[in-house]
Amino acid sequence: MYVYDKHDRQIAAERVEQFRDQTRRALAGELSEDEFLPLRLQNGLYVQRLAPMLRIAVPYGMLRSVQLRRLARITRDYDKGYAHFTTRQNVQLNWPAVEDVPDILAELAEVEMHANQTSGNCIRNTTTDQFSGVQADEIADPRPYCEIIRQWSTFHPEFAFLPRKFKVAVNASEHSDRAAIQVHDIGLQLVRSDSGELGFRVHVGGGLGRTPMVGPVIREYLPEKDLLTYLEAVLRVYNRYGRRDNKFKARIKILVKALTPEGFAEKVEAEWAHIKDSPTQLTREAIDKFQTYFTEPDYQQVPDVQASLATQRFENRGFDQWIANNVDTHKKSGYAIVTLTMKKTGIPPGDVSDRQLEQIADLADEYSFGEVRVTHQQNAVLADVRQDRLYELWQAITPMGFATANLNKLTDVICCPGGDYCALANAKSIPVAEAIQRKFEDLDYLYDIGDLDLNISGCMNACGHHHVGNIGVLGVDKKGQEFYQISLGGSSHHDAAIGKILGPSFARDDMPDVVKRIIDVYVDNRTQEEAFLDTYRRIGIDPFKERVYA
Amino acid sequence: MPKVITEDGSIIQDEWVVVERPADGESLDIPEQPALIPADLWLAGKEHFEGRKDIGVWFDSHQEPEILAGVVNELDVIAVNFPKFADGRGYSIARLLRERLQYRNELRAIGDVLLDQLQFMKRCGFDRFVLRADKNAEEAARCLNFFSQGYQAATDTDVPLFRRRAS
Ligand code: HEM
Ligand code: SF4
Repeated sequence: MYVYDKHDRQIAAERVEQFRDQTRRALAGELSEDEFLPLRLQNGLYVQRLAPMLRIAVPYGMLRSVQLRRLARITRDYDKGYAHFTTRQNVQLNWPAVEDVPDILAELAEVEMHANQTSGNCIRNTTTDQFSGVQADEIADPRPYCEIIRQWSTFHPEFAFLPRKFKVAVNASEHSDRAAIQVHDIGLQLVRSDSGELGFRVHVGGGLGRTPMVGPVIREYLPEKDLLTYLEAVLRVYNRYGRRDNKFKARIKILVKALTPEGFAEKVEAEWAHIKDSPTQLTREAIDKFQTYFTEPDYQQVPDVQASLATQRFENRGFDQWIANNVDTHKKSGYAIVTLTMKKTGIPPGDVSDRQLEQIADLADEYSFGEVRVTHQQNAVLADVRQDRLYELWQAITPMGFATANLNKLTDVICCPGGDYCALANAKSIPVAEAIQRKFEDLDYLYDIGDLDLNISGCMNACGHHHVGNIGVLGVDKKGQEFYQISLGGSSHHDAAIGKILGPSFARDDMPDVVKRIIDVYVDNRTQEEAFLDTYRRIGIDPFKERVYA
Repeated sequence: MPKVITEDGSIIQDEWVVVERPADGESLDIPEQPALIPADLWLAGKEHFEGRKDIGVWFDSHQEPEILAGVVNELDVIAVNFPKFADGRGYSIARLLRERLQYRNELRAIGDVLLDQLQFMKRCGFDRFVLRADKNAEEAARCLNFFSQGYQAATDTDVPLFRRRAS
């Protein structure tokens, strides 16, 4: 994991002092509300329905146990004792006081954390696959590139006041995309050229929100050394020509669409030609240096233990289900990747208490080299667990509520905070998630339905990624009443797609039944081995419409 | 007379006035004192201004500095307007002027110029700042130097931190 050197420490300390000064001037009236707004947003500070909200950056989702413990302490000392894992691998606090934020930032800086650029019209936290570095099918570890991008984008003097927020995601696996790169402003897929050189396929102009789009490829192959100069060219074109007259049309996706992907790519290439060989071009030494931060932990030579695992699984059904669902294969023999699910029915997706943060820290120390990853599905990952300790781990986490064996299933809902916390919401989303979870409590039924992404957002901003849920739920407001619109067929993976709206919206109480009817259509129509999305793609939306509105 | 901040944070008196773009059909009215006129109009009537050290130009944030390619150094002062401090196009314009067009003379930020943006402006190549009149110029020196270094190469340094670390 990346470790600060003296330069990073100094910049972090200067940032804390800068924000302390800005907060002081804002509270003293020397900065107007309007002038303070982008400054505080670039420090992750929103002003919300019930209280301010502070979004803390978790670069590419990686946390050390000492950082988790510090987060736990911060939630206790400055908040109500819990935090929230977000769909951008960050952590949010819902109740800090504005005047405490500089102190919170100082506490974070002590453990090499910050809230830089977690909001505002700038380059946000770069996200990636939570299984980076431990899965077998990855082209290369994406995290060094994410860190390179993090540093380049931090306080970039040219790009701190873009037309709109800007998000970059990197994916490295050939067969899966857990980073949803095609619905980001820039999505980078690590690839190898015909001659075996590392590079990126570049998608630009994806995104959710009001005008959801899948990002087209604007460059099939970008050599790794050119990563930053090319990003700089894309951002410069966007900064100069992106629309600033209308905030709903200010995202880069609108510019890419207006110019066509080819036209946009041409402009970027023309810009890039000038800066391609500038000192921002990455050197071999620099890339190597960043890679040294993400070397393998101290793995032991241990064999796979399938046989003894099989016995334990045979003897204990709960353990068997958990292994089947929440445990993934690891590139190293004898190890496994474990996802701690945070989706116990009745607990808002992503909510973590101070105690749980400490429990996760302890688990990380005991089982996974002291490291944890946060996922954009609002779960947490222990990436390096010895197979011969899985049973013990499962026993330990079951009472903590992290062993709900529903990963990637219908009840592993992605859900934004909605009307319970968010000032922008049209409707509540947490109670909808809970009602659906209750309806599908029977695990056997859930496994029979198979992998399925159910995503819920409380409004068009799409924090809950509803557009890319296989089933998406969107809170809408009709004359002051809360209703829910359903879309089907979305995907955030390699086959990214925006869901199609099913039809008129539903009252909240109807939602569990509506989802049940949708599932029934799938179950009645599927062929063996067909996942929900496959069936939907084969039979189309009409059969679902017929049954749901019958 | 308004005050101007220099890149080291000192405060000097300003003599330059910004001449607004004339309305359609109106002609450009050039005052007696040193004046900044819209860059495209200067270019269009360049021969009239030959040898006039007291004429500079300004760009608005949507304009393209590329129009001055090859002739920028005939000017002693170029200004870039920030119509709103949150309009970040001026930063790109400044870098293009400095890095692409190799402009060497005075580059000033005008318009909605606030304290917390000064260091970004400086890093993008501005060396004079006409702070918005209601802001406290005494604070400028501090705000210009919140950070002792940056991660990226920009106009102030062509050595990104990753290269400095390697050395
Ligand atoms: C409670 C306070 C929150 C507020 C006020 C808020 C506000 C917003 C707004 C205004 C957008 C605008 C998007 C656009 O137009 O592009 C947005 C997008 C987004 N938010 Fe939130 N949000 C909040 C909480 C969250 C949480 C808790 C999560 C994660 C669970 C989240 C994840 C996201 C994501 C992923 C997007 C981007 C969607 C896209 O790709 O365009 N937000 N949010
Ligand atoms: S989707 Fe809407 S309701 Fe949900 S968190 Fe985002 S802004 Fe708030």
